[in-house]
Amino acid sequence: MRVKEKHVNALVIIGLIALPLFALISDEPFTITLATRAVILALAAVGLNIILGMGGLVSFGHALFFGIGGYTMGILAYHAQTYTTLDLGLFATGGTEFMPVIWVVAMVVSAVLAYLIGLLVLRTSGVYFIMITLAFAQMFYYFAISWAQYGGEDGLSIYVRNDFPGLNTLVPIQFFCICFVILCLVLFLKARLQNSPFGLALNAMRQTATRVETVGLNPMKLKLLAFVISGAITGLAGALFADLNRFVSPTMFSWQLSGELIVLIIIGGVGRLMGPVIGACIFVALEHFLSGLTEFWHIYLGLILLGIVLFARGGVIGLLTGKEGAHV
Amino acid sequence: MSSILVIEQILNGLQFGVMLFLMAAGLTLIFGVMGLINLAHGSLYMIGAFAAAAVAGATGSFFLALVAALVAAAVAGAIVEMVVIRRLYNAAHLDQVLATFALILIFSEGTRWVFGSFPLFLDIPNALSGPVTLPGGIQYPLYRLTLIAIGLAVALGLWLLIERTRIGIQIRAGENDREMIGALGVDISKLYTLVFALGAALAGLAGALVGAIQSVQVGMGEPVLILAFVVIVIGGIGSIRGAFIGALLVGLTDTLGGVFLPEIFKLFMDSGAAQKSGSALASMSIYLLMGMVLIWRPTGLFGARA
Amino acid sequence: MRKFLFATVAAALCATTAASEVKIGMITTLSGGGAGLGIDVRDGFMLAIAQSGRDDIEVVIEDDQRKPDVAVQLSDKMVQSERVDIMTGIIWSNLAMAVVPSVVGQGVFYLSPNAGPSQLAGQGCHENYFNVAWQNDNLHEAAGAYANSVGYENSFIMAPNYPAGQDALTGYKRLYTGALSGEVFTQLGQTDYAAEIAQIRASGADSVFFFLPGGMGISFLKQYADSGVDIPVIGPAFSFDQGILQAVGDAALGVVNTSQWNKDIDNPTNAAFVETFQAEYGRLPSLYASQGFDTANLLISALEVADPSDGDAFRDALRAAEFDSTRGDFSFGPNHHPIQTIYAREVIKEGDVYTNKIIGVALENHADAYAAACKM
Repeated sequence: MRVKEKHVNALVIIGLIALPLFALISDEPFTITLATRAVILALAAVGLNIILGMGGLVSFGHALFFGIGGYTMGILAYHAQTYTTLDLGLFATGGTEFMPVIWVVAMVVSAVLAYLIGLLVLRTSGVYFIMITLAFAQMFYYFAISWAQYGGEDGLSIYVRNDFPGLNTLVPIQFFCICFVILCLVLFLKARLQNSPFGLALNAMRQTATRVETVGLNPMKLKLLAFVISGAITGLAGALFADLNRFVSPTMFSWQLSGELIVLIIIGGVGRLMGPVIGACIFVALEHFLSGLTEFWHIYLGLILLGIVLFARGGVIGLLTGKEGAHV
Repeated sequence: MSSILVIEQILNGLQFGVMLFLMAAGLTLIFGVMGLINLAHGSLYMIGAFAAAAVAGATGSFFLALVAALVAAAVAGAIVEMVVIRRLYNAAHLDQVLATFALILIFSEGTRWVFGSFPLFLDIPNALSGPVTLPGGIQYPLYRLTLIAIGLAVALGLWLLIERTRIGIQIRAGENDREMIGALGVDISKLYTLVFALGAALAGLAGALVGAIQSVQVGMGEPVLILAFVVIVIGGIGSIRGAFIGALLVGLTDTLGGVFLPEIFKLFMDSGAAQKSGSALASMSIYLLMGMVLIWRPTGLFGARA
Repeated sequence: MRKFLFATVAAALCATTAASEVKIGMITTLSGGGAGLGIDVRDGFMLAIAQSGRDDIEVVIEDDQRKPDVAVQLSDKMVQSERVDIMTGIIWSNLAMAVVPSVVGQGVFYLSPNAGPSQLAGQGCHENYFNVAWQNDNLHEAAGAYANSVGYENSFIMAPNYPAGQDALTGYKRLYTGALSGEVFTQLGQTDYAAEIAQIRASGADSVFFFLPGGMGISFLKQYADSGVDIPVIGPAFSFDQGILQAVGDAALGVVNTSQWNKDIDNPTNAAFVETFQAEYGRLPSLYASQGFDTANLLISALEVADPSDGDAFRDALRAAEFDSTRGDFSFGPNHHPIQTIYAREVIKEGDVYTNKIIGVALENHADAYAAACKM
């Protein structure tokens, strides 16, 4: 049976609303936590998918922005909770526990870093791009491990979630709602972006770089803008992830996490709007159920992933819709 | 710091480098010929080490252990190529990344399932244990000197294989133009299996050789895998010569950075802080090196011009 | 899925039946590279539960994969969905720091079978947090004391560059009175120590103290033995536990290490533990297994006296530590960390098996250095 992609998309959104509601009624708060995890990972992967799916550049270092977002939240909240000042050289501030401010700072910091790193890494392409993005993430990973002021490898615990006006963020369903609304907003913006002149130019550039050059667009600028937007969204996801766990640690920078984000996109389907969302839901569900079955559950996870690559080209959406869709 | 210490550290960097080369050579060959990003290369390294430890434990012979490592890794590589990788040559890079990522999970936990959760024992053969005195009075472990020699010998052998044999010609042709060698009547799928098995065997050999002085445990392959990727990117992907130079650069940078950076930092800060920040910078040093090389030459030192 | 349904049903039933069952949540590392430690803790713990013959204790076990974020989410699950009374199991300090403060803050008891970060012993101590293993610095302090007792005066000290490693060197230096010929931080997860060994050779040290847990220690010891450097080595038990000694082999023979437990500590509980563990699992217990076993027995002893729902009574029962420890005497200090004797052990070979033998006492009835900072 073949279904239309938009029906699949609608189903996913409905499922993501229905599951936590069902969990709320049946008093299963952990299911809500799992759904929140899926939503946040999906958000990070949506960010990655802008440079990967639209731009055709496989970043194997997006954990860098995820970690930056996480540490931004951790550092700001840490200083707010301990009433210490955060000395930034040019000015000093007291940190904050106010979520919207944290999100903005996380996105700005990630965007600035993405701009600076992008200037260097976007000179490369293909496998070199994969590897140089990995290199930058690894540098931050090792730096975070030995950064004793903010916990080093132990990480930094925040203990309580940051504040959002009018909500009690420690109640799982309320925090879920925040994350879900943000994901929907970002998906909406991404859909708009895809059909904007910028999105179309990016798409054209992925297919033939020379074509966009001849019509007078600067591919470097296009790629850089995509990388900055991509980094900012993943950074936002990192800040939310840190709030979900009330904790940040260098593992947020790890190459395994970069890999997982890519895996999420491939499971769902590369270049699909909802690919990362479906991928994240499937991955989190697999992780949860398989780990309950056996100690050696990684074997089964591996086999399932292998099955998806070999027999479901174009990811799960591709399988459902019968179209392989965009490939990089 | 005495000159003896400096020379000893250079030898250490060299030894680390040639072992990285064994890993990187296979990786770069497989990428060069088949265009495949093989994340599971670290698993083949692990399989080599576990096979060696199992055989050494059963027979007591280090030589047999090395043979077992080569065979086990080559067979595992050939099976993986025939069952999984072969279906992915026409797929996108991303599908290859996911597939080989899945293989890591399967191999790691599969190995733990077979061998248990505790590290295995694999030791240096008696004939090679202990230090020897080099000219200048340097005490250096014989086994590490042997590793350097084996690494250089393999590098030479690979060079001869690629430059002087029929298979080498096919491999080089494959790197330049995949369709062409098919048209010339070479059995491509056989060639691919062979190259993959060769790369796997080199990784397995490295795992066994290094396993004797390290810990044979599940997950031992991944840190080396990342380093090997750094090496081939610095050297230029697909280039054996690049992999060799890159491996030595990375080996020396990592070893010497870890020793000398804290010493340099001690010149302008107190000892404890210098240790901490020096070793923090040292752990980032190879990635800094890679970043600088790629910014200077976006396709690596010996990569094809993009 | 079945487990998920079961949890749903169990949650539904909770409302109707009286809470006669005690539910324990164990989060530990069961997959990946560090799985050996988690498996030992779990096996030791479950052995004690089985031997107690109590069938009203339910243990929910989850695998944290050694990932802090996974551990935090599992702890949410334990507290929110499983509604456990008591938690235990975490192996690594960084995971403990991520999980323990929020868990005890929500009124759940936490018994640590392995990690003892200094924050939780000092300012961050909590009335519901009990450490049954050691404060992280303890075994390092014992190594420093042992170095004094055998007259070492010039130590070369070494640990990975992360908080536990930095604590290890601080711990060693706390009681060690001699000079330092070198102080080196290695990389976390480092596998080659040739560079450090060369530094040791050149340093003129009379002893080497190292803290390199797990695979790092195996690599170092093998390479050190092969380097021809014969300066004596000391370290905490983590690089010499039963699980990894077999992988180190002859390279570890004769090395002195410090531990609060060994299989030859002479008391009936320990003898029975070693025998039954071996019979049940077919391998010698490690110190991690002994910690898991002691944790479960402490828990059972407290359950005999009080129900966890009566927090104050249960806490008092835990604090009394009225159980037979494999370590012999065992009591808690004011910050709920052990006051215990720490031994110096030497690695020996018994038949084909490498193991440890106690050669002396490093520190008698030792408490940790952070207790004074704990306001409970």
